[in-house]
Amino acid sequence: MIELRGVTVRYGNAVAVHDVTLRLPADKIYGLLGRNGSGKTSLLGALTSYRKPAAGTVLIDGVEAFENPAIARRTAFIRDTLDLSETDRISCAFRLAGRLRPSWDGAYADRLLDLFQLDPGKRVSALSRGQKSALGVVLGLAARAPLTVLDESYLGMDAVARTLFYREVLADYLAHPRTIILSTHLIDEVADLFEQVVVLDRGRVLLHEETETLRGRGYTVSGPAAAVDAFATGHAVLGEQRLGGVRAVTVDGRLDPAEVARGEAAGLAFGPIGLQDLFVLLTSQPLEASR
Amino acid sequence: MFDDRSPIYLQIAAGIKNDVLSGALKEDEQVMSTNQYAAFYRINPATAAKGFAQLVDEGVLYKKRGIGMFVSPDARARLRAERRERFFADVVEPMLAEARRIGIDLDEIIKHLGTRR
Repeated sequence: MIELRGVTVRYGNAVAVHDVTLRLPADKIYGLLGRNGSGKTSLLGALTSYRKPAAGTVLIDGVEAFENPAIARRTAFIRDTLDLSETDRISCAFRLAGRLRPSWDGAYADRLLDLFQLDPGKRVSALSRGQKSALGVVLGLAARAPLTVLDESYLGMDAVARTLFYREVLADYLAHPRTIILSTHLIDEVADLFEQVVVLDRGRVLLHEETETLRGRGYTVSGPAAAVDAFATGHAVLGEQRLGGVRAVTVDGRLDPAEVARGEAAGLAFGPIGLQDLFVLLTSQPLEASR
Repeated sequence: MFDDRSPIYLQIAAGIKNDVLSGALKEDEQVMSTNQYAAFYRINPATAAKGFAQLVDEGVLYKKRGIGMFVSPDARARLRAERRERFFADVVEPMLAEARRIGIDLDEIIKHLGTRR
């Protein structure tokens, strides 16, 4: 279990993560979602003890994580810098990982290199953005760390590489269950892998839920403007569109069959929305409305 | 495979029920394990497990400890009975509502159905 208690991350006067409290039970795949600048990387830095929070604590299985070597060995945090020296060859990075981590699986790392078509003799500086991301995924997965955190690891990857990446995360998780946290804003592509999602908005946790609970949350209502307006009163409206006399609103919440029947009788049409749309609507609200 | 507009576990349960109804899954036949199912459809195993748990609750599947999950002997008959009960409300009524909207009267529908006999 990972526990964040009142974690705040600050850069000078700027607050990147504001008083975040989270409980993440072990051995699940989590999605950390948020717009650029929402504090994802800062939160992950604190969660993996790469960064000391300005306030608050991180506990792993009840033990304070910061500057705890036993926990550090069991944590793999892959961020875009890869924490490698540009002149290192991939094979050298692997040797280093093997020395630092008791759980490192060298044979698996080699298989993944093949999968992503990376040449172990290449230097980090010679890799493209997408290849660097793929190397990050290899280092992250082959570490087989009980806490594996991949921060926007899809950056620069083409659609094929991303598909291989998602497939490999799931396959390796099934074979070796552990806590995996992926941060992303490409929700449509990976949501099926997440057991739970945490949505960050301007440094705060906007929601933390089972992914399945979020599917089916939110719906659209459209029809004659007057009927839609009447329906919208008393519902949490996330967005609206108008075209002539027709109005469509997106509402937060779950559809109630009785309400649908009444609405349809009044000429309204109801439709579901997807996770990506829900995420966009929830994280594009003005500050006052989201609090 | 699945859409993200409704919970996937419900879509899984509906898919397995359809397989039982069509006979693609036979009674007392073993179904895939949650891990096999998750790997095949590329979904989180907890989601697959939730779908299977729902089917066990509804009596469509049963568990054999340490072996896996199987289709209940009476699953097909029970699902058929359930669907037949809902057929007029779920299938016929919406069709009649659409017919009213576009001005197809009952006689026309009955005539069409007569040609399908």
